[in-house]
Amino acid sequence: MIGVELVKLLRRPRTWISLVLTCALPFVVAIFIMITHLAPPPGQGSAFLSAVLQNGELYPAAALALVLPVFLPVAVAVVAGDSIAGEAATGTLRYLLVRPVGRTRLLVAKLVSVIVYVLLVVLAVTVTAYATGVFLLGPSQAAAVGQPPGGGGSLPGAGTGLAGQAPTAGQAAGSAVTSLSGTPLSLWQLTERIAGAIAFISVSMLGVAAIALFLSTVTDSALGSALGALAALVASEVLVTLNAATVVQPYLPTRYWLAWIDFFRQPVFWRDIQRGFGIQAVYVVVFLAAAWANFSTKDITA
Amino acid sequence: MIVTRALTKRYGTITAVRSVDLDVREGDRYGLLGPNGSGKTTLVRMLLALVYATSGEIDVMGRRMPRHAREVLPRIGALIEEPAAYPHLSGRANLALLDAAGPGGLTARRTRRQRVGEALEQVGLAGVDRRPVKAYSLGMRQRLGLAAALIRRPRLLVLDEPGNGLDPRGIRDLRELLAGLNEAGVTVFLSSHLLAEVEQLCTRVGVLDAGRLVLQDDLAALRAPTGLVGVDTPDADQVAALLDGQVERRDGPHLLVRHQDAAALNARLVGAGLRVSAIGPHQRTLEEIVLSVTGAGSDHIAGEASS
Repeated sequence: MIGVELVKLLRRPRTWISLVLTCALPFVVAIFIMITHLAPPPGQGSAFLSAVLQNGELYPAAALALVLPVFLPVAVAVVAGDSIAGEAATGTLRYLLVRPVGRTRLLVAKLVSVIVYVLLVVLAVTVTAYATGVFLLGPSQAAAVGQPPGGGGSLPGAGTGLAGQAPTAGQAAGSAVTSLSGTPLSLWQLTERIAGAIAFISVSMLGVAAIALFLSTVTDSALGSALGALAALVASEVLVTLNAATVVQPYLPTRYWLAWIDFFRQPVFWRDIQRGFGIQAVYVVVFLAAAWANFSTKDITA
Repeated sequence: MIVTRALTKRYGTITAVRSVDLDVREGDRYGLLGPNGSGKTTLVRMLLALVYATSGEIDVMGRRMPRHAREVLPRIGALIEEPAAYPHLSGRANLALLDAAGPGGLTARRTRRQRVGEALEQVGLAGVDRRPVKAYSLGMRQRLGLAAALIRRPRLLVLDEPGNGLDPRGIRDLRELLAGLNEAGVTVFLSSHLLAEVEQLCTRVGVLDAGRLVLQDDLAALRAPTGLVGVDTPDADQVAALLDGQVERRDGPHLLVRHQDAAALNARLVGAGLRVSAIGPHQRTLEEIVLSVTGAGSDHIAGEASS
């Protein structure tokens, strides 16, 4: 069944269109930066973007920061939200279940296919962005990426303006020496850290997928479940930036979304990364359990 | 083959299926009839473990459902309301994917191509090309849905409204296909509101009305001679006078006469010099039978707000 789901995922035009579109955004941004040589000043705009003119090899990180807030969650919510509800809407769900495919098996297969999709998109963004960075913006000119040593102001994550960046992380980064502010990162270290960031982002997206998958078992409308999951994320983003909501902030799904930036500090700043993994694990377990409980007892009337 | 006892399904306050005792025997061609909204589809879905019963029992092939669905369902081919397929894939790819989704492992994989080919052949789509299902006509989709029900060579076919979307030729093809399969030992259970379709194909009928099974019998028994003979004659007045007291009903040139033997009646009328244009034993049509036991149906909303 897992094989069947993967075939369905890979033979679906939507998969590849969304993949290309997600990869296209960083590409377009890179072209503009290359032509104008105008990167956002340090501390403004999307994370890492200020540094990519000096070091094209850092562009995968910048690209991930570009697609993370909107493109990636939308794509994941659409695919995961469609997983059960879409089958229900086209009527194929009932034929799968009487084939028979066990309901738990179907849910697991859908989950695996969503995980594969998430990894596919994140890896594709990373690889295309690396190629883009190296060919358009040029490889690193110097190990110290051209910044004056100790230039703490150019911290990539310090002032991204994106929700979820912990104030403590900013402070920690200020006192720690990040790779971008001086300490050179070897290519191997960079690879390691990008791998860490990919893992973190994938797990964050899995949290989104779990919510969308649950909603997908509740409604027969793929659109409804995808939008429902996005609504949950938007609500979380709003609360994350709201000082009055400090009490609930540690438990919000998007609270630690940007913690992967901490992988690029020297040494790696683990606190938020660990919390991020933890909170996503909780969301994944809770919503998958709810999805299973709902789906395995549901009357299939679609 | 299918036995239910006091099968009931409630959705909130609405009772869709009410204490149904279905009895489909092996080798039957069973037609489940009933007006729209009478619970046919809910009943079919309960047999296939898609909808869970509120109370009552279901045995299919001697196994309790839905507990043994995993053993029973592979031997059932089903068409549930409309056929469904992934629109961007070809019919053949759809069948192969659906088959691969089911149990069977390596043996199923080895015979898949052949079984898919056979199923397409059986429903008259053998020459189908690689165009995606979204380019199919309604009738082709219905045939593809039937093929999907046949790929596992089932012992029991459960078909919900199988004639939908088929043209007259398609319906005849379907009838011949089902009759052929039935002769080869497949039990056919179909639901329909098309009486003619059921009348021509089925050996046994059940009638649902407002969730109740109001009738279940062999078609031959239901349509047994009524002890009446239908007579069409241009000399209706004289015939009525001659057979005074035996005429049940008269409608212009059509008479219904209480008489055991149409041939003897014919001889008597002709002997009396009366012309007969048609004569034969009277049988109730399935339509008359069904209408006599069912109500208005749930999509008929009477003006008096009566339900």
